[in-house]
Amino acid sequence: MDLFTPLSWNDTDFILTGILNTVFISVVAIVVGTLLGLLIGFVRAESSKSINIVLGGFLDILRSVPLIIQLILFSTYIGAMGYPLSPFVAGSIILSFYTMAFMSEVFRSGFNSVPIAMIKASRSLGMTYLQTVRYIRIPIGMRAVFPSWLGVALSVIKDSALVSVIGYMELLRTSEQLIARTQQPLMILIGVGLFYFMISYPLSLYGKHVERKMAI
Amino acid sequence: MDNYEFHWNVVFDAFPQLLNGAFTTIHVSVLSMLVGIVIAVFLALGKMSSSKIFYSIANVWVETARNLPALFLIYMAYFGLGAYGIHLSPYFAVFSALVFINAGYLAETFRGGFQSIPKTQYSAAKSLGMNSLKVYRYVILPQMFRRIYHPMTNQFVWSILMSSLGILVGMNELSGETQRLQSTSFRTLEFFIMAAVIYFVITKLVLLASSLIAKRVFKGELS
Repeated sequence: MDLFTPLSWNDTDFILTGILNTVFISVVAIVVGTLLGLLIGFVRAESSKSINIVLGGFLDILRSVPLIIQLILFSTYIGAMGYPLSPFVAGSIILSFYTMAFMSEVFRSGFNSVPIAMIKASRSLGMTYLQTVRYIRIPIGMRAVFPSWLGVALSVIKDSALVSVIGYMELLRTSEQLIARTQQPLMILIGVGLFYFMISYPLSLYGKHVERKMAI
Repeated sequence: MDNYEFHWNVVFDAFPQLLNGAFTTIHVSVLSMLVGIVIAVFLALGKMSSSKIFYSIANVWVETARNLPALFLIYMAYFGLGAYGIHLSPYFAVFSALVFINAGYLAETFRGGFQSIPKTQYSAAKSLGMNSLKVYRYVILPQMFRRIYHPMTNQFVWSILMSSLGILVGMNELSGETQRLQSTSFRTLEFFIMAAVIYFVITKLVLLASSLIAKRVFKGELS
């Protein structure tokens, strides 16, 4: 019996699962992270210095501790406390919080970029506070930071590869398993690399395009 | 729940080893940053050059570095090159992946910084009687340095944080050392909490040092 079997077409299914899982967890983290980041970014743009220091300190921890340590810590912690979560849930929670930490900075500067005169003008036109937020500050502020948002989203797609350490079957981990079976690391890794590149490169081109358009 | 008892003594006993790991972390990130800066200068020149060959080489490098996960590149250096019979040590695999990515990101930073300085300043300095060398030394580079200073600091912090991926290829930097220590004592949570604290402190110290240097060097005119 052969110990190692070469790559075959039957493996496409397996790789496809990995690809879908990578896309899935990235989308979840980006969506949840964006919503939470929008909320926190708004709170940070609105609130006093003391609240900002507390919130900023918490977000600082998320940004100054390596993602891989956060993942290991969280999955060990829930395990030790007797609440084991599936790798997908645990991974999404940490990746979403991590995304939130970066997104909140992006959105905060977006909210701050809306001129105060514009906000006053909309209030004097009879808009309520919430209407100003909904129709003036979010649309105008968010448009200004769209390229940065895309940059964070792209880094989240790439960082989702780290969720493999707690056992989530994303693209890199499926390839690892295939490598263990087939012993053809180079070919499989190049394929995986091409795939990451195919997701990331068009998005980064689009980001550059938007940035150029906005600069003029 | 709450049946987990924290035992910190074993972590404190192993603190010197953790600091050793932290030293390797700083070592690999500083070194990868320095080599990355040198390569990035050439890549930035390549991206601005009119020669198609230089441009393409620089462009492929920059886009590959920016669009692939760091972990993937570390695997590529460690397992992928192994297929060619090139066996890198864990340290060198992480180091080369970080250099590759740092160079790619910094090249774009340098190019952006250089292109943000109006061409008219060059002509103006020339018309004042400076030669090319002096124009760069006194007019272009000082302004450029101010603009790339913060992105460079961020890239350095990123290198420190990403060197933690060494844990997956058995490198003995802070994360790898933590992994090794917790596997003999089974105090996983305590060791990784301590590692997180050390990473946090290192990052904060780097940012603090960076802003102190900026205050001294730029005297408050940081753009």
